[in-house]
Amino acid sequence: MDTLILGLPVAYYIAMIAKVLVAFVFVLLTVAYATYAERKIIGHMQVRLGPMRTGWHGLLQPIADGLKLFFKEEIIPAQSSKFAFLVAPLVALIPAFISFAVIPFGETITIGGYQIPLQIAAVYDPAGDRVLDVNVGVLYILGMASLGVYGIVLAGWSSNSKYSLLGGLRSSAQMVSYELAAGLAIVSVFMLSESLSLQKIVADQAGFAWYAFKQPVAFIVFFICSLAEINRTPFDLPEAETELVSGFCTEYSSMKYAMFFMAEYANMVTVCAVTTTLFLGGWHGPAFLPGWIWFIIKVYFLIFVCMWIRATYPRYRYDQLMRLGWKFFLPLTLLNVVATGIVVTLLK
Amino acid sequence: MLESLFFLIVAAVAVISSILVITCKNPINSALSLVMTFFCLATFYVMLDAPFMAAIQVIVYAGAIMVLIVFVIMLLNIRTETGRKTTHAILAGSIIGLFVLFQTCYFLTKGTLTGTKGAMDTALVEKVGHVELIGKALYTDFLLPFEITSLLLLVAIIGAVILSKRKI
Repeated sequence: MDTLILGLPVAYYIAMIAKVLVAFVFVLLTVAYATYAERKIIGHMQVRLGPMRTGWHGLLQPIADGLKLFFKEEIIPAQSSKFAFLVAPLVALIPAFISFAVIPFGETITIGGYQIPLQIAAVYDPAGDRVLDVNVGVLYILGMASLGVYGIVLAGWSSNSKYSLLGGLRSSAQMVSYELAAGLAIVSVFMLSESLSLQKIVADQAGFAWYAFKQPVAFIVFFICSLAEINRTPFDLPEAETELVSGFCTEYSSMKYAMFFMAEYANMVTVCAVTTTLFLGGWHGPAFLPGWIWFIIKVYFLIFVCMWIRATYPRYRYDQLMRLGWKFFLPLTLLNVVATGIVVTLLK
Repeated sequence: MLESLFFLIVAAVAVISSILVITCKNPINSALSLVMTFFCLATFYVMLDAPFMAAIQVIVYAGAIMVLIVFVIMLLNIRTETGRKTTHAILAGSIIGLFVLFQTCYFLTKGTLTGTKGAMDTALVEKVGHVELIGKALYTDFLLPFEITSLLLLVAIIGAVILSKRKI
């Protein structure tokens, strides 16, 4: 295990590849079964059964859906911009996944005398007995979230269809507006943690000292803004069926449509994981369960809340959405930052 | 070793995408290549121990400014440029480009590229943190320029609101 490849020990490569695979498979499985869970949960909330035919209580439904989409005919509109049209689903999907690189999903584990922190972009430093991770983790997440808009804008523009274009325009305006409030909500978190490293932020919340209790306003605003940024109901205007057919993905079919679908659910998983890490204590919890199980429980609970919101609230109108973002959330988060600043200074 | 391999790959992508920025016929494809170039630049910042710069590069340039540019291209619906092929502008541009090339070659071979050493070196950045150092410098040594910049930005924001909203 002590052999070096390109200046790094073999164990380092094995640990990295294993962590990437585990996180990737976890997100993919969650995405697949989130589609099933969404149909089931909303079904039961509306007093119907949801999918029942494929497998026991419809458990094989995601696999059947995947296979169906895989074998559908691929249609590319004749007047579309080919390159942008082909590349848009990928551009939507990739930022949704790579945010997971900086999220700590468990405590440091020891395998064969080698310490592995359960966070992809982190290594254990034996000299200082500490975990080194990306020290701008929060900003990295904000950056990746701001890249997600390209996929939708490109899809809307390149399809050369009025519904797609309107969906794309709406979505970019919506994402750019809500990014600000979400960013400011996070600012009040790292005013308390005094660090941008997610390891430090999670370590600060050990023993139920969650930032959700210290910063309830920031927590709620961040979660709502995240829902708006990933185009979930009640903010799903970019694909409002009743007015825009299916919004930016109207002209997409087969696997490309499936990729947009996956991107939407992967974004939801990522947003729930980020909220867990920043506000709900990350992987910390009572000691009778290992950290990663607590992490999964918290993330799944937040995903359930997303679906609950979808079953409960009707869609916002476009002007209401903009008013909510700019005239309510933005001043509220700014006030929250100022108040946090005053309290932190007085307590010192 | 791993780092220099990685650098070479990213550098190749940066060069190819920046060539695509000026050679693509379709403005949207050019804009996308520019985003790619910004991304490669951010990677270089990370490799130079400046992660904060990298994050800001992605958030501000790739995430905000380029979205606006793509937005404008979409709204104006500029399609493939099929204008005149040879103009005086091309001649002037190539002359300027040639001079810049000579200048770069001169500095690479004759000049010194080390620059002046400031108080902040790699050891300090690793110990205190990049963000903390920038924040301290902004709010102590460079407070006046920082405040002037924020006033200018405030003026710009108010101006934008007044220009876009006729009735307030």
